Amino acid sequence: MMLEVNAVNTVYGKIRALWDVSLRVDEKEIVALVGANGAGKTTMLNTISGVIHPTSGSIQFCGQRIDRLLSYQIVKIGISHIPEGGKPFPDMTVHENLEMGAYSNETWKKRNETIEQVYRIFPILKERKGQLARTLSGGERQMLAIGRGLMSRPRLCALDEPSYGLGPLLVKEIFIVIKALRDQGMTLLLVEQNVQQSLEIADRGYVLENGHIVSEGKSRELLQNNHIKKAYLGL
Amino acid sequence: MRILEGYGVTKHFGGLAAILNVDFHVDQGEIVGLIGPNGAGKTTLFNLISAAHNLNSGVIRFKGEKISGLKPHQICRTGVARTFQSVKVFGNIPIFGNVLLGSLFGTSTGMSSSDATREAMELLEFVGLSATKAILAKDLTLANQKRVEVARALATKPELLLLDELVAGLNPAETAQAMELVTRIRDRGITILMIEHVMKAIMSVCDRIMVLHHGEKIAEGTPEEITNNQTVIEVYLGK
Amino acid sequence: MTSKRLFLLGLLFLVLVLLALLPLYGSAYTVILVTAIFMYIVLTVSWVIFSGPTGYLSLATAAFFGVGIYTSAVLGKTLPLPIVICVGALASFCLALLVGALTLRLRGVYFTIFTFGLVLLIYQLLLWYEVRITHTRGRFVIVVNNTTIYYVMFAILVVLLITAYLIRRSKYGLALQSIGEDEEAAAHTGINVTVLKTIIFAVSAIFMGAAGAIMATRWTYIDPLIAFNPLFSFLPVLMAIFGGIGQFYGPIIGAAIFAYLEEVLLTRFPYYYMLIFGIILVVAIVYLPGGLVGLIQKWRKGDLAEQDANP
Repeated sequence: MMLEVNAVNTVYGKIRALWDVSLRVDEKEIVALVGANGAGKTTMLNTISGVIHPTSGSIQFCGQRIDRLLSYQIVKIGISHIPEGGKPFPDMTVHENLEMGAYSNETWKKRNETIEQVYRIFPILKERKGQLARTLSGGERQMLAIGRGLMSRPRLCALDEPSYGLGPLLVKEIFIVIKALRDQGMTLLLVEQNVQQSLEIADRGYVLENGHIVSEGKSRELLQNNHIKKAYLGL
Repeated sequence: MRILEGYGVTKHFGGLAAILNVDFHVDQGEIVGLIGPNGAGKTTLFNLISAAHNLNSGVIRFKGEKISGLKPHQICRTGVARTFQSVKVFGNIPIFGNVLLGSLFGTSTGMSSSDATREAMELLEFVGLSATKAILAKDLTLANQKRVEVARALATKPELLLLDELVAGLNPAETAQAMELVTRIRDRGITILMIEHVMKAIMSVCDRIMVLHHGEKIAEGTPEEITNNQTVIEVYLGK
Repeated sequence: MTSKRLFLLGLLFLVLVLLALLPLYGSAYTVILVTAIFMYIVLTVSWVIFSGPTGYLSLATAAFFGVGIYTSAVLGKTLPLPIVICVGALASFCLALLVGALTLRLRGVYFTIFTFGLVLLIYQLLLWYEVRITHTRGRFVIVVNNTTIYYVMFAILVVLLITAYLIRRSKYGLALQSIGEDEEAAAHTGINVTVLKTIIFAVSAIFMGAAGAIMATRWTYIDPLIAFNPLFSFLPVLMAIFGGIGQFYGPIIGAAIFAYLEEVLLTRFPYYYMLIFGIILVVAIVYLPGGLVGLIQKWRKGDLAEQDANP
């Protein structure tokens, strides 16, 4: 077990966004976290990556407690959170954005090697390496975001809606990339609105509704679940 | 009647041609889809129609009158409204206020305060948000913020509505609801031009689809024609 | 109308009456002090009319204030006081229209810097004019008695408060807020953002100019440095933040307390007052991000919470 989230409660001011949420991600798995808008998926990722701290419960990564750590410490430990919309640094070039992903000392030394690996996964980024991130299209920005997330040489990648706003062809490409990353030994936690495709490539899934986990299990089984079919797959 | 038409529309950003010599038209009462890979120029085309940007060459006409060259607020009052890809609601204003601004400022004839209030309430109900009217727009979920944007656009009494990625980030159930809203808007007599990536949504409501790629129009036709178009499959749909 | 509302209105009326009668029962010192407080409230509230909702932080206040001051100096001897005040207000209005048309295309920081540059520019121009052309330094202003100055400033304040309130409550107030939230979306909602920004900016300058015109008669001798003192651009901003921009009364109490504090400190600690003032300001901004208004709202929420605990 790589990541263990135990009965976590997260609060924004007076609003509780996560209610006693527990989930786990094992090594070399793809785990999908699905749910409607406002269900708390992004909050879950923000809690894991240290952007917010839970009010109760614990989060452990490879046996170490991380729920009180600051974000940069969590990156150093090996978790990379790729946020919704990618959030590239608009006035820096593609290359500079990627370099920023390798900010901590150990990864900084290896950054050239890592960048070459990223360029191999996303050849279009190599093509555009000198371009300002602001001038990239939505799909290119998403790839840049994933690439930058990989620069910290993480052991666990948490992706927030990687398919948001992408055309069908690009969505397929992104999911192929995600699968390829897992095949190369990466562990992935995938938050997605695209329930069908994410459950198709994931090993296991969790369904979040209004901050509560309402279903969990092997993704094959979840895809057959009637409630999920009706509420999320529009079937 | 051609409610919207553009000829030779071209826009450069620096050395890059974002839109190159595009001709397009929308007939009154249609729902037209605008699709294409990211960076194809779809939102840029919207920006040219709504005057957020200026054309470099070509002309855009609304109901036969040239609108390229007008300012955004003038185009709004002429009868063209739009939503934005990045959901531009007025975050610290209650959603009722968001829609009310459309009623108060967006029409060519202006409205009394009480009429505008009534209109805004009716529109909030139309999009299904009347229960939450006092909540600040920034506190809503993404799906609801998009509905506020639509209500605000409708408040300006448009004849043509430009929707930019209405269903991005919505799950299939929410998407179906959004498409149902689009149909209801058309039933009110408003022509719709919509940018979308979710093919299921486009297929379900559009009469016609235009495909942009690298700033040029590469295909145009019915949904069936487009899904079977080799070039479109290659560059956008996959399979 | 609720009883609470009625009570507040009654209180307001009482305060206005007391202020209106102040010269009859107050000492000369008090009258002068309250005049100065009125002046700061006028500058702060008129600044907030535009910069509050739109987020365009203007540092041109000193320019409009100074134009009013100079109008008084130049015309005070030849025209009756009411006309002088009106001309001062009009001159500031026209300057603001011109400046607004030029600078309101600039975003954020650039607008702020440009408006500040305006103050320095006018200061330098006048300095050059006086040194080179008229060979004089500064001017004398007509003398007006303190009671008149008090009532004129009071009148300007009352008209300003009514104007500010009406704008805030009107559709233009909501439109200004939407410009501050998302100017592009506001334009696409049918709001003529350029015209609205320019006009409201100019309206706010009217009161700054009028205030300048009457305050000049208090100081009796003015020169470019006195008239275009950058402090009059910064202080209204600080007072507004100190009081809290969220509510209508925020800038009013912010300016009132601030101005009184400055006066008290100046007389008690003539050597250290700036230091103490600065410390108070820093503490206030660090611990009261919402200004005094924020503090008051916290107290009220505390009351409500207690109510809920004891149903």
